[in-house]
Amino acid sequence: MLDVRRIRQDFPILRQQVNGRPLVYLDNAATTQKPRQVIEALVRYYETSNANIHRGIHTLATRATEQYEDARRKVARFIGARGPEEVVFTRNATEAINLVARAWGDEHIGEGDEIVLTLMEHHSNIVPWQLLARRKGATLRYAGITDDGKLDLDELRRLIGPQTKLVAVTHMSNVLGTINPVADIAEMAHRAGALLLVDGAQSVPHLPVDVQALGADFLAFSAHKMLGPTGVGVLWARAELLEAMPPFLGGGDMIAVVRPESSTWAELPHKFEAGTPNIADVIAFGAAVDYLEGIGMSNVRRHEEELTELALERLRRVAGVRIFGPSSASERGGVVSFAMEAAHPHDVATIADGHGVAIRAGHHCAQLLMRALGVPATSRASFSIYNDVDDIEALVEALEGVNRVFGEGRERTAVR
Amino acid sequence: MSEPPFDDLYRELILDHYRRPRNHGPLAAPTVQAEGVNPVCGDEIHLDLAIDNGVIADLGFWGQGCSISQSSASMLTERLKGRPLAEAEEVAGKVRSMLVEGASPDPSLGDLEALEGVAKLPVRVKCALLAWNVLLEALRQAKAAAQEEHHG
Repeated sequence: MLDVRRIRQDFPILRQQVNGRPLVYLDNAATTQKPRQVIEALVRYYETSNANIHRGIHTLATRATEQYEDARRKVARFIGARGPEEVVFTRNATEAINLVARAWGDEHIGEGDEIVLTLMEHHSNIVPWQLLARRKGATLRYAGITDDGKLDLDELRRLIGPQTKLVAVTHMSNVLGTINPVADIAEMAHRAGALLLVDGAQSVPHLPVDVQALGADFLAFSAHKMLGPTGVGVLWARAELLEAMPPFLGGGDMIAVVRPESSTWAELPHKFEAGTPNIADVIAFGAAVDYLEGIGMSNVRRHEEELTELALERLRRVAGVRIFGPSSASERGGVVSFAMEAAHPHDVATIADGHGVAIRAGHHCAQLLMRALGVPATSRASFSIYNDVDDIEALVEALEGVNRVFGEGRERTAVR
Repeated sequence: MSEPPFDDLYRELILDHYRRPRNHGPLAAPTVQAEGVNPVCGDEIHLDLAIDNGVIADLGFWGQGCSISQSSASMLTERLKGRPLAEAEEVAGKVRSMLVEGASPDPSLGDLEALEGVAKLPVRVKCALLAWNVLLEALRQAKAAAQEEHHG
């Protein structure tokens, strides 16, 4: 296990009480907290280096540009990209996926083409493809899930055919925690002549991810789920794909030469970064990558796998708890969704909050998955490097509290 | 560690209506039907009204969701059964002021006063309001139907 006590000292926000109890933050799949190294990088940038980047001659502009591009190099190295030109900064993972749907999709998807998705996708990896399919007269196909919350690979294999132009799949489900065998899926897609987009919003923050081993063509993820600030997302794609794609948004910084009727585009990756980007937050994101690399992603994974295993074991023993997703921690990330017989997820989350325990309740932007699971919503606890055994115990204690308030095994009887 | 206090929110009356919802299920012969969903949380309420001569002769609700949304609907049916339409509208207004403006509960609200604690939890106010918004929609339909009859 990691030295959680030391790590926690880097996260000032965790030193507080909520409803008279020490804060137990278990909503990391929504967003993680930020270490002081990231917060300091943000402050330091504004106090010492703030200027608009690229084309600036003066000292501050040069310094800001250097720091911004340095963050890009860090991110590229972190995911094993061939070079920093393969890393495009966006607002978030959602925008990265929309960028692909617009810039690549509008060129390559036509009538009768098929886009293959899965029922465990976050809405951000569904809706952009629905919009694209509607623009182009293409069809969406969905692979389902097995009873134990894994991707139905047989169905996926059947769905991928000669009409398939793109497969878009999450690396790790934000609800079930399921880790999908992306390299195998890449092979299926490529054999059919399709490309593979991977939603890495949950995986890149918590698993060692190497885009070369992944075999994907596009990878999208967000800084704020990996100790970085909000407002920064990443699209990684193979350089030759990005080269061939038209721009996404037009404006400053993304052009080479502008003439009255037409323009030529800037080099990669600037072609896809129109306007002044989120300079400060990108630089602070670089500090988050440094922090994670300092711990080591395989250590992050090992720690969270141990916590997940413990959480599964402890939650199974709470009366009326039903856990969704794979039963073994080795097949899932640090995300545990569950239902309680006694109470609705929103009541569970309210009572947990009364115990100082922050968990999420709802459809988790995965309504197709909720329907497949046959529930309107779930409660979800998700872990990060600063969580430890005590946090799991606090969660269990909160859930026992739910049973005390609602009474175990609710019996709903209608009265007319 | 001691139990955090939930007396304000999860009062016994609320839990009782959640466990044993009153007037639950559709009516055999409704005159108006309305339904509502909270897209954020997926809570769902369906409401049937049987209106006779300007009075809610019978009503029934069903749906799914948290204890707050379902108990609020159950209490609504209990409070309004056999009451005139004008009173239903009035009660809906008073519940709204209690939940949204934090007004102290009007004595005429009866059991609905149990929902007062929800006003302190802004994220849960929409749960308690759902049934009342569905009621207002049903009342609108009833009015429109009455008007049509009048003109027709």
